[in-house]
Amino acid sequence: MSTSETTAVAAPAPVPTAAALALGDDALVLSHRLGEWAGHAPVLEEEVALANIALDLLGQARVLLSMAGDEDELAYLREERAFRNLQLVEQPNGDFAHTIVRQLYFSTYQHLLYTELAAGDGPFAPLAAKAVKEVAYHRDHAEQWTLRLGDGTEESHARMLRAGEALWRFTGEMFRPVDGVDVDGERMEAAWLAAVGEVLRRATLPLPEGPRAGAWAAGAGRQGLHTEPFGRMLAEMQHLHRSHPGASW
Amino acid sequence: MATAAAHQTASSQTYGAEGAVDDTTAYQSVFDAAVAADERIEPRDWMPDAYRATLVRQIAQHAHSEIIGMQPEANWITRAPSLRRKAILMAKVQDEAGHGLYLYSAAETLGTGRDELLDKLHSGRQKYSSIFNYPTLTWADVGAIGWLVDGAAITNQVPLCRCSYGPYARAMVRICKEESFHQRQGYELLLALSNGTPEQHAMAQDAVDRWWWPSLMMFGPPDDESAHSAQSMAWKIKRHSNDELRQRFVDICVPQAESLGLTLPDPDLKWNEERGQHDFGPIDWTEFREVLKGNGPCNEQRITQRRKAHDEGAWVREAATAHAAKHTGEKGAARA
Repeated sequence: MSTSETTAVAAPAPVPTAAALALGDDALVLSHRLGEWAGHAPVLEEEVALANIALDLLGQARVLLSMAGDEDELAYLREERAFRNLQLVEQPNGDFAHTIVRQLYFSTYQHLLYTELAAGDGPFAPLAAKAVKEVAYHRDHAEQWTLRLGDGTEESHARMLRAGEALWRFTGEMFRPVDGVDVDGERMEAAWLAAVGEVLRRATLPLPEGPRAGAWAAGAGRQGLHTEPFGRMLAEMQHLHRSHPGASW
Repeated sequence: MATAAAHQTASSQTYGAEGAVDDTTAYQSVFDAAVAADERIEPRDWMPDAYRATLVRQIAQHAHSEIIGMQPEANWITRAPSLRRKAILMAKVQDEAGHGLYLYSAAETLGTGRDELLDKLHSGRQKYSSIFNYPTLTWADVGAIGWLVDGAAITNQVPLCRCSYGPYARAMVRICKEESFHQRQGYELLLALSNGTPEQHAMAQDAVDRWWWPSLMMFGPPDDESAHSAQSMAWKIKRHSNDELRQRFVDICVPQAESLGLTLPDPDLKWNEERGQHDFGPIDWTEFREVLKGNGPCNEQRITQRRKAHDEGAWVREAATAHAAKHTGEKGAARA
């Protein structure tokens, strides 16, 4: 509009497409995984909670992908090697412990990230300001379940140990720099380790000891190098859309 | 209101217990008067045992239908063809879990527990709506379920907002609002398909062809075969007969199908000027009875998935209980 052009002090910052894709893909893929729980949750309240979190993430994904292009083209017509999500979020649901640990690791990261982005004046600030409230709820949900399961029964404790260790190797990737995301990765990583360590401690669980970085595990998803289950997930997600080229829904 | 005061009094007398047998007739007449005056019966009021049992059965079956009803739609969450449709579908399935929770709470006011009701569902001692034993074979089925299945449910449930049992009536007010929203979304989904490519149009027509008759069966057996109808109507749990509601639904759907550009699969369907209603063809009651008996296309699959979710979740519920017991004995957030 002409008025805004004449009164604008500075041109809006160009949208960093690569960053919008990386953050959008994280939300899209994790939302999809959580959607797989519908009708399978251990208790009705969790049907509601997991669907709720999935919906929040899908909402974030739609905003972020729309910043980078057409949300449906990006979600349904890219192949595996073009997706930029973290390997962590594409990991299969496994048992409820795996889902909760994946959620704890990711929500803690996303909460730290969005808190910082919301405080800045970059192109993601408006989205982050809204999403940070949702993410705080996701984080709380994951923490509460970590406490219940870690400090619950012998079986739940053992399952949480297994899940915590199995997913640990995917956590280093979260703190690799993403072009266009203006945050201090090292500082965020320290905050993340402290926060997750504290929740695990309260849940009577040790901080896993395995590597969090390696040639393949760290930074790979952001480069379009994914784990095997991801291709199958996309095949299911994209099948119908791809079967009707150009159709609207 | 005079009768309301009276039935509250009657209920407090039951706690006095002595002479309760002699008082039953008095309580019964207070109850009858409250129902006749269109007052709400509340959990602490005296009520006939058969009224209580009928409500437990009906509300539990309704709750179970919400929970089992998540499955045919959840079947398409991971394949929804656009992110907008995926979000709508996820929200809908989430609402259904919420409706199940309201309804289990309403049933619990009658002195039964959610665990017990779920146990009866899992062991086949309580039923859920026969409609959810049909498979969702294409994306258009999600639209047909919204338009027809939710449409039939609303036609059935709106009168329940005036049901004589207060907690049930209030749950229905909330549920009907959300259901109407789902129904419009289903209609809109079908409209997009109907106006889309020839393949999409055919997909929509095929779904309507498969869901039309099962939706008409949702109103239950014809009036002359409906065992509980007369008593439920006398108690004002039910306000209209099965056939009346079914007719109302057909009359609503015919013009909607026309504006969708889709046909309903009934060669006998036509406007009857004299009655001011549509005539429609005979329903296959043999199929209905088979599905109710457990021989529908998905009965086995639906109940197996429900049991599996419950069984595989047992360790989670046990952990929540154990954690709650360790920490100040507060109530667990999850229940068995």
